Amino acid sequence: MEQLGNSAPLPTISYPMSAPFSWIRPEPHGIHIVPSDCWVDPSRAVERALVTHGHADHARGGHGSTMATPETLAIMKLRYNTDQGAQPVHYGETITLPGNVRATYIPAGHVLGSAQILLEHAGERVVITGDYKRRPDPTCAPFEVTPCDIFITEATFGLPLFTHPPIEEEMARLLARLSSHPDSCVLVGAYALGKAQRVIAELRRAGHHQPIYLHGAMEKMCRLYEDFGVELGPLRLVSDHSKEEMRGHIVISPPSALNDRWSRRLPDPITAMASGWMRVRQRARQRNVELPLIISDHADWAELTRTIEEVNPQESWITHGREEALLRWCQLHQRRARALALVGYEDEDD
Amino acid sequence: MERFAALLDALVYTSSRNTKLALIGEYLRETPDPDRGWALAALTDGLDFKAVKASTIRNLMTERVDPLLWSLSRDFVGDTAETASLLWPDPPGETPPAPTVSETVALLQGMTRATVQHDLPALLDRLDVSGRYALIKLATGAMRIGISARLGKVAFAQSFGVSVDDVEEYWHGIAPPYTELFDWAAHGKAPPDTENMPLFRPFMLAHPLEDGTVDLSDYVAEWKWDGIRVQLVHAGGETRLYSRSGDDITATFPEMAEALTIPAVLDGELLVQGGHQGGKEGGAASFNALQQRLGRKNVSKKMLSELPAFVRLYDALGLEGEDLRALPWERRRERLEAFLPRLPATRFDLSQIVEARDFAHLAQIREGTRADAIEGLMLKRRDSPYVAGRKTGLWYKWKRDPLLIDCVLMYAQRGSGKRSSFYSDYTFGCWDGDPDKGAELLPVGKAYSGFTDAELKWLDKYVRQHTVNRFGPVRETDKSLTFEVAFDSVHASKRHKSGLAMRFPRIHRIRKDKPPHEADRIATLRAMVRD
Ligand SMILES: [Zn+2]
Ligand SMILES: [Zn+2]
Repeated sequence: MEQLGNSAPLPTISYPMSAPFSWIRPEPHGIHIVPSDCWVDPSRAVERALVTHGHADHARGGHGSTMATPETLAIMKLRYNTDQGAQPVHYGETITLPGNVRATYIPAGHVLGSAQILLEHAGERVVITGDYKRRPDPTCAPFEVTPCDIFITEATFGLPLFTHPPIEEEMARLLARLSSHPDSCVLVGAYALGKAQRVIAELRRAGHHQPIYLHGAMEKMCRLYEDFGVELGPLRLVSDHSKEEMRGHIVISPPSALNDRWSRRLPDPITAMASGWMRVRQRARQRNVELPLIISDHADWAELTRTIEEVNPQESWITHGREEALLRWCQLHQRRARALALVGYEDEDD
Repeated sequence: MERFAALLDALVYTSSRNTKLALIGEYLRETPDPDRGWALAALTDGLDFKAVKASTIRNLMTERVDPLLWSLSRDFVGDTAETASLLWPDPPGETPPAPTVSETVALLQGMTRATVQHDLPALLDRLDVSGRYALIKLATGAMRIGISARLGKVAFAQSFGVSVDDVEEYWHGIAPPYTELFDWAAHGKAPPDTENMPLFRPFMLAHPLEDGTVDLSDYVAEWKWDGIRVQLVHAGGETRLYSRSGDDITATFPEMAEALTIPAVLDGELLVQGGHQGGKEGGAASFNALQQRLGRKNVSKKMLSELPAFVRLYDALGLEGEDLRALPWERRRERLEAFLPRLPATRFDLSQIVEARDFAHLAQIREGTRADAIEGLMLKRRDSPYVAGRKTGLWYKWKRDPLLIDCVLMYAQRGSGKRSSFYSDYTFGCWDGDPDKGAELLPVGKAYSGFTDAELKWLDKYVRQHTVNRFGPVRETDKSLTFEVAFDSVHASKRHKSGLAMRFPRIHRIRKDKPPHEADRIATLRAMVRD
């Protein structure tokens, strides 16, 4: 149990506190927990931040104190080179914030260390999902359905056209392309935090035990995953090896390096990309992707809507993504919902 | 159908021209008749099925998916066929076997407005996502997957080792599934007989003259008139007028069809009679005048008398049964000049040769083209044969420099095709007075091009972050960004509130440094009108 000192200054509040849920306010720069003057995933530096997971648009640097899982704090330290103000909160642990607000961190199944945050105050329960998915992922703890009054959900893939196929199918396509082109390599663009490690772990699960070659920008994050007990098998750095050695192998790079000069050092690369956006042909074409792999760390449409049904909140608040469609779905299913206009979140999983 | 669907997917996911040619070639060699002919038609000219339109697909979908969810999805994907293929509910139970391409075509041809509501869903239920995509693309006749008709013909020619010029020649005389074409190319039979048909011949095109110069002893200069390039063909007692893309526009300009009664294939600029381009002697009205006649199926007597068309001749590809295309330009020109008196003078004249002492003098003349409202100059090698397409070193177009004006971004809309899901179509405006004294912005134009991919990404993000209003697919921005817009000319127009319409506007530069109140006023733009 982690407790914040009562010495923290109480915020000045200019609106009545008696209305239901007035203690939780969506503001353009994040979700404000008013009695505690804490912010969830704020997009600018604040005194006290609760951070759901390590992706840059959720985990900004420079906060006075940051309450997050140990994994997320380690990821933030890797990125910002400091762990000043880090306050670890483990999965299942509840902390008490000023103003008598209780916060519990619950696995979100998105990336290593990702958490939903359950906030409780005056008998009211609010869950903030951050980013999440419902599919099994060997690199992180699975999402847990948590009943609540207000469910604050993401909507990155909030359109009915988004269906992520079983990851086994995508791995099979990747390995088939690799074995039919033994003189090439398959270059897979994958987000450096989460996606890359999941693709590697899934390849291992599919029986691929060859060395996997990494772009330099991937190395540290993979090591971090391994330090937290995620096994990734033999990994090598592209920069340490010759073109010849990489023929017939898989190379993983950040999406930004796919069409970059960097890829010229690879032997006849076939360009692949692991992203939920690959469901749409034009998105693949925009990036000159030859082998689109539909793999996402976010919930697809069926998961988003099923989760709302399972959590069964009084009201859903939709943070970022394609909020209009999810809002419409809620309306069609007689569920109360509103879209929040938060700034600073990007379509990750790019 | 699976093989065709796989071909489409493979074509979508490759950007290499050679790979595309190889993929199409392989398909054409390995697929039996008439499947391959239908597929080739779908890839090139497109097929037309009376009962199936884009609206048919939309209607089928909105019966199965909430209309708002459909339109949000369609807006995101930017392609009706693809959206429908993704949203179509998989049928319960075992899927019946997928149809072949020929079977699909036969079924589509058999559908009527009354039966399509039932028959098309039954067909969609026999296919997976890729198959549905291929089916809808085939059925609605608009592939838009980055395969030009030309590429399809080149692939055909390469695949069977025949000349692409021959393919182009025979192509327009026969209909899908092109069985005679395959018999000739794949089985060595006699080529289709096209002698007495008023067929379209592919145009010879010009490269832009970037920075170089040419030697005027080798090249001749002509004005680049501002109309539309056309080919007028008379053969077998019939006359046809074709646009640059080979579309038959004879019905839109009946006076031109009547004017040619001698077998010939003529290349020229279609214009409306007037005194705008090149002054009184120029004899041609502005492009605006011509535009009022384009795209009409029925032409009124009034139109014919108020906006009479004529063709300013550039070249002759054939005269009285003789093919002139292999001759040097100078010989063809002589033949054309000798032929001209046999044509009605109200409907034809000859594109003038621009005389210049040397290249520097020619550059001076080009400077003056703006005052004459002419687009620029054409430079043609005196010994060039008439060859299809753009051949380096033979013909150049040398347009005058564009006009520039600073405008403010007002609205943005998602693009289509490769740019779908990006806000890539921009409406911009100029001030109707002094912006510091409460003047307003009025839209003056729309641009879809001129920016790099990196700039597009930046603009897309900018639009999302500066949206103040949404109207369906359109976002209104907070009018905080200045564009330097390049355009060829500006004309008076009743269609726009500003009373002005630009030709070929494109984003020249994004002026992040320039505050919007310093953008130009309507009056500045109006002063550039040369109507
Ligand atoms: Zn995330
Ligand atoms: Zn996110």
